[in-house]
Amino acid sequence: MIHFDKVSKIYSGNVAALDDVTFSVAPGEFVSIVGHSGAGKSTVLKMLLVEEWPTSGSVFFESTDVHALHARDIPAYRRRIGVVFQDFRLLPHKTAYENIAFAMEVAGRDDAEISSDVPEVLRLVDLKDKMWNFPDELSGGERQRIAIARAIVNQPDVIVADEPTGNLDPKNTKEIIEILQRINELNTTVLLTTHNKGVIDSLGKRVLTMERGKIVRDDKKGRYVL
Amino acid sequence: MLTDFKRIIRTGVFNFFRNGFVSLASVLVLVITLFMVGSLVFFSAAMEAALTQISGKVDVNVYFVTGASEDAILSIKRDLESLPEVASVTYTSREEALETFRARHENDFQTLQALEELDDNPLGAALNIKAKEASQYESIARFLENRNNAASVASAGQIIDKINYYQNKVVIDRLSRIIDSAETLGLAIVIVLAFISLVITFNTIRLAIYTSREEISVMRLVGADKRYVRGPFLVEGFMHGVVAAVIVLVLFYPLTYWLGGAAERFFGSVNLYSYYLAHFGQIFLIIILSGILLGVGSSYFAVRRYITKKYLKT
Repeated sequence: MIHFDKVSKIYSGNVAALDDVTFSVAPGEFVSIVGHSGAGKSTVLKMLLVEEWPTSGSVFFESTDVHALHARDIPAYRRRIGVVFQDFRLLPHKTAYENIAFAMEVAGRDDAEISSDVPEVLRLVDLKDKMWNFPDELSGGERQRIAIARAIVNQPDVIVADEPTGNLDPKNTKEIIEILQRINELNTTVLLTTHNKGVIDSLGKRVLTMERGKIVRDDKKGRYVL
Repeated sequence: MLTDFKRIIRTGVFNFFRNGFVSLASVLVLVITLFMVGSLVFFSAAMEAALTQISGKVDVNVYFVTGASEDAILSIKRDLESLPEVASVTYTSREEALETFRARHENDFQTLQALEELDDNPLGAALNIKAKEASQYESIARFLENRNNAASVASAGQIIDKINYYQNKVVIDRLSRIIDSAETLGLAIVIVLAFISLVITFNTIRLAIYTSREEISVMRLVGADKRYVRGPFLVEGFMHGVVAAVIVLVLFYPLTYWLGGAAERFFGSVNLYSYYLAHFGQIFLIIILSGILLGVGSSYFAVRRYITKKYLKT
């Protein structure tokens, strides 16, 4: 479903953020990408989201070369991918409800769907009682659960989570990972970057290990090796 | 499409109130700019009124020799009236001229006594001519010259004693030049001030949107297309413009009332307050439309940077 074909990204000064990266992700897989800071984990995700353009190589989503998409088709493509970030990236002037509703609005869903789906997805992340709170009135774990709710509300094919537990304590980390696993069980492909050893070891799923822009290991039932 | 439109407007209105302080700053800056635009309108109105008034005061008098017959004078009057440039011609007979002279010097006993000594009325009849435009006096004066010369050739004798245009000419020219340059200078100052406040407006709105750049990037990552990201900002800009325009229109009300008298004394005929009330429709449209144009325009250009940047290949 996702295929990176010899993707390299070289910034000025010959710094290679990605160096000849090739891998595939099958539908329904749960893939973790691990590595030190600067190893290229986030760049891989940015490539997939068409936030970065490769210096050489291509990225395919199903059979589309995503970097060949016309600018006006990029928003529609991005709606097929749910994104979760380390720093949550909620819209600060919108309530929890409105943040999630916004993702549905841009996807062109009608008001009836929005008012039935948003409470539903909030129940899924166990935050129905915080529906009308603004992000700065919520804890880190709660914000991240709102972000996940926003990512899944349009039933995307893929969830991309860029160090979603980086700012959270162990209890919240566990909860977030459990939510991601639940989503994966519903047949959504999950792409997770992390450097949390405990998370990787408890998942027991496929792990890609990156070092200096290269994929150095690809383990089917991976452990955190660095 | 319609739901999108509704949502964009709703989001814009919500943001306007939730970003209270940013909205306040943008509105205040817009108020200053629109105030400049309004002042421009008032200034040019006042200048125009002053110019018309001074042009109205300009006229030309033709004095006839004492022996000129009334018939000859009236025939010149008829000819003048048939000229397209002439607005009006008033005839003052010798007797009327004497009356006016007496009235003017009624406290000047010596002059009156000197007048009594004379056997005959020393004053000639006169025609007072007003042209439609100040620049036309020259041709009217020339017409009279020609006619006078023609009369002397026909040996009917010259009946025109003098035309005071040539004495007035210098004063008329100088006055209209002063008004002209005052108008140009005033306009230049107001335009420069308006331009400065325009730049400040643009920058303020750009800063306001700069604070939202994170938000814009999140919107795009969630898959919102350009139109959907930009829309609410344009709605906000629209509201800034309208609110600022209303404030300016309200401000002008007491301000013109207060300044009206002073300006009337300074410029002559025009009272800013009554001018404001009489032309409220036009001024309303000018201010509101400039407000909307400025608000929406600055928002459009400011957001554009953050929307298009990420789509460009690096």
